[in-house]
Amino acid sequence: MTMSQVPVSYRVSERQDETHDTVTLTLEPAGAPLESSKPGQFMMLYAFGVGEVPVSVSGPPGAAGLTHTIRAVGAVSRALCSAAPGQAVGVRGPFGTSWHESDAFGQDLLVIGGGIGLAPLRPAVLAALREPGRYRHITVLIGARSPAELVFAAEYERWRDSGATVEVTVDRADAGWHGHVSVVTQLVGPSGLDPRRTLALICGPEVMMRLTAQTLLAAGMTASQIRVSLERNMQCGVGECGHCQFGPLLLCRDGPVVSYHAAAPLLSIREL
Amino acid sequence: MSADSESRGPAWLLPASGLARLHDSLREAGYQVIGPRVVNGAIVLRELSSADELPFGWGVTLAPGGYRLRRRADHAAFAHSAGPGSWKQFLHPPREQLWSAHRTPDGGYSADSAAASDAKLAFIGVRPCDLRAIQIQDQVLGAPTHPDSTYASRRSSVFIVAVNCTEPGETCFCTSMGTGPRAGRGYDLLLTELTGPGDHTFVVEAGSAAGEATLAGLDLRPADPGAMRRAQASVSEAAGKMGRTMHADGLRDLLARSHDAARWEDVASRCLTCGNCTMACPTCFCTTVEDVTDLSGDHAERWQSWASCFDLDFSYVHSGPVRSSGESRYRQWLTHKLGTWHDQFGSSGCVGCGRCIVWCPVGIDITEEVAALQAELGGPEAGE
Repeated sequence: MTMSQVPVSYRVSERQDETHDTVTLTLEPAGAPLESSKPGQFMMLYAFGVGEVPVSVSGPPGAAGLTHTIRAVGAVSRALCSAAPGQAVGVRGPFGTSWHESDAFGQDLLVIGGGIGLAPLRPAVLAALREPGRYRHITVLIGARSPAELVFAAEYERWRDSGATVEVTVDRADAGWHGHVSVVTQLVGPSGLDPRRTLALICGPEVMMRLTAQTLLAAGMTASQIRVSLERNMQCGVGECGHCQFGPLLLCRDGPVVSYHAAAPLLSIREL
Repeated sequence: MSADSESRGPAWLLPASGLARLHDSLREAGYQVIGPRVVNGAIVLRELSSADELPFGWGVTLAPGGYRLRRRADHAAFAHSAGPGSWKQFLHPPREQLWSAHRTPDGGYSADSAAASDAKLAFIGVRPCDLRAIQIQDQVLGAPTHPDSTYASRRSSVFIVAVNCTEPGETCFCTSMGTGPRAGRGYDLLLTELTGPGDHTFVVEAGSAAGEATLAGLDLRPADPGAMRRAQASVSEAAGKMGRTMHADGLRDLLARSHDAARWEDVASRCLTCGNCTMACPTCFCTTVEDVTDLSGDHAERWQSWASCFDLDFSYVHSGPVRSSGESRYRQWLTHKLGTWHDQFGSSGCVGCGRCIVWCPVGIDITEEVAALQAELGGPEAGE
């Protein structure tokens, strides 16, 4: 093992419910902080005595604290989601590759998130909105199953005010919903995509990322202009444990953010 | 230790009785000496309290899913092929504590990495295939990527006595993989065993300063040209006596386009997904972690243990395992071992030791599976 295997103690400083099963936690270091993360990177979060899971950073880059948006899907994520302010959470990281949203300077930045997939994209959106003048357009397309499952919904207006075009759609509307009802790919057409001058960042369920990328390719973008964030079982975070094998890639090391040029042929293989 | 040993120094002759002195001098230098020993009908790697425990006069008969000891006509100590264990059990232990933590009165916790053992290990009888396997694990777990790891610190103090292979087994194919039968580099001492009527001698070469220093206490005489010729001939002949062959050229590309091959279904119908091949393989490195607490819940530990890509849980993500079929798991193992290992770590993950063939309970033969895939998918050119 390496020193990076021992979780560093952080404390929950703030807790925000996003949906019925998703919580955003802000963590402050109990002692010396870890190296700050880049948009798209992930941390291993440890619930004392329960276990550890990989969770993308969802907060602004460069902040002293750490922000993570966690969905309760297993024992560890349930324990983390129920953590109250003051509670200790262990953290290792940051791990993996980042979005490099600044590659889109002078071009259009197109961010497409499905469900909680918006969480790893949020740092890239926040970073881009700090210097919106360096991009031609910043567009954020958001899809969720229902209005109640939208994450960061309170912020979309602020993103618009900072210069982004933000479009939101849901698969199933409820009584109070007056927005789009469709899959997220249908927002691409009306977004005014300039396929030659766009960098697209996509995160969501694998099938959503594939269909979205196919829509962008059909609109004339190339696979190298598209980046996706992939998920596999991750345990060590440093390419030693072997669980995150994805064909030639070790996703904790070569991912989670991967060019669609590399990801497309792999995503088409069943049970890879 | 075990610096590159490309440049060969002078060679010496050591009578077989001199192994005792070599063993003892390593012990005196503070090493825990580990080597092959007969235990429960197999030649396994254990701590040796004396060189007498080496498997003098024992050989093995190997087959897919078969391993039997046999008495040899001579007293050779190292004329047996790879056994069920490999050196990874010492450098990358099957189960190991990573850290422990306890809750502090303020509701936080304090964690400490587990104390690393400071034992210095000396390996006697490292076969060329296994020497290469150690170097492959170095690439994954060691100094290049994780210089501060316990693997790296354990590894840096290992003293390696390699033995050129003069008698490959029925399931061996190191020549195909370019890893033997002559040891390439990375040893402190290299032995070549010479047996004949009334003769049992080792040609000894040093491959590092530490190896050189060990020679001082041994009963050596300069190797005569006749002994050197015999030693070279027996290793060269060994290259022609491999029980198996694998055409390793182009495997990375072949496997990269193999995903829909019918052969995967065929092998999956025989494979039990037991994971024996991954445990016996000297390069398989995967691990899993387990977090445990005591009854109070105030003391927690993390343990790491060997894992296998044949386990259903291995690829578990929140919705279930990614690789739920046996077919996809066998495909993962083979394509990683012989294909994507190149992408990830710059070499093949197979050294041709044959362990996965011998210790497969249904006798699946990796060389046969590769040949079948090559036949089905065509040669390396076919896909271009």
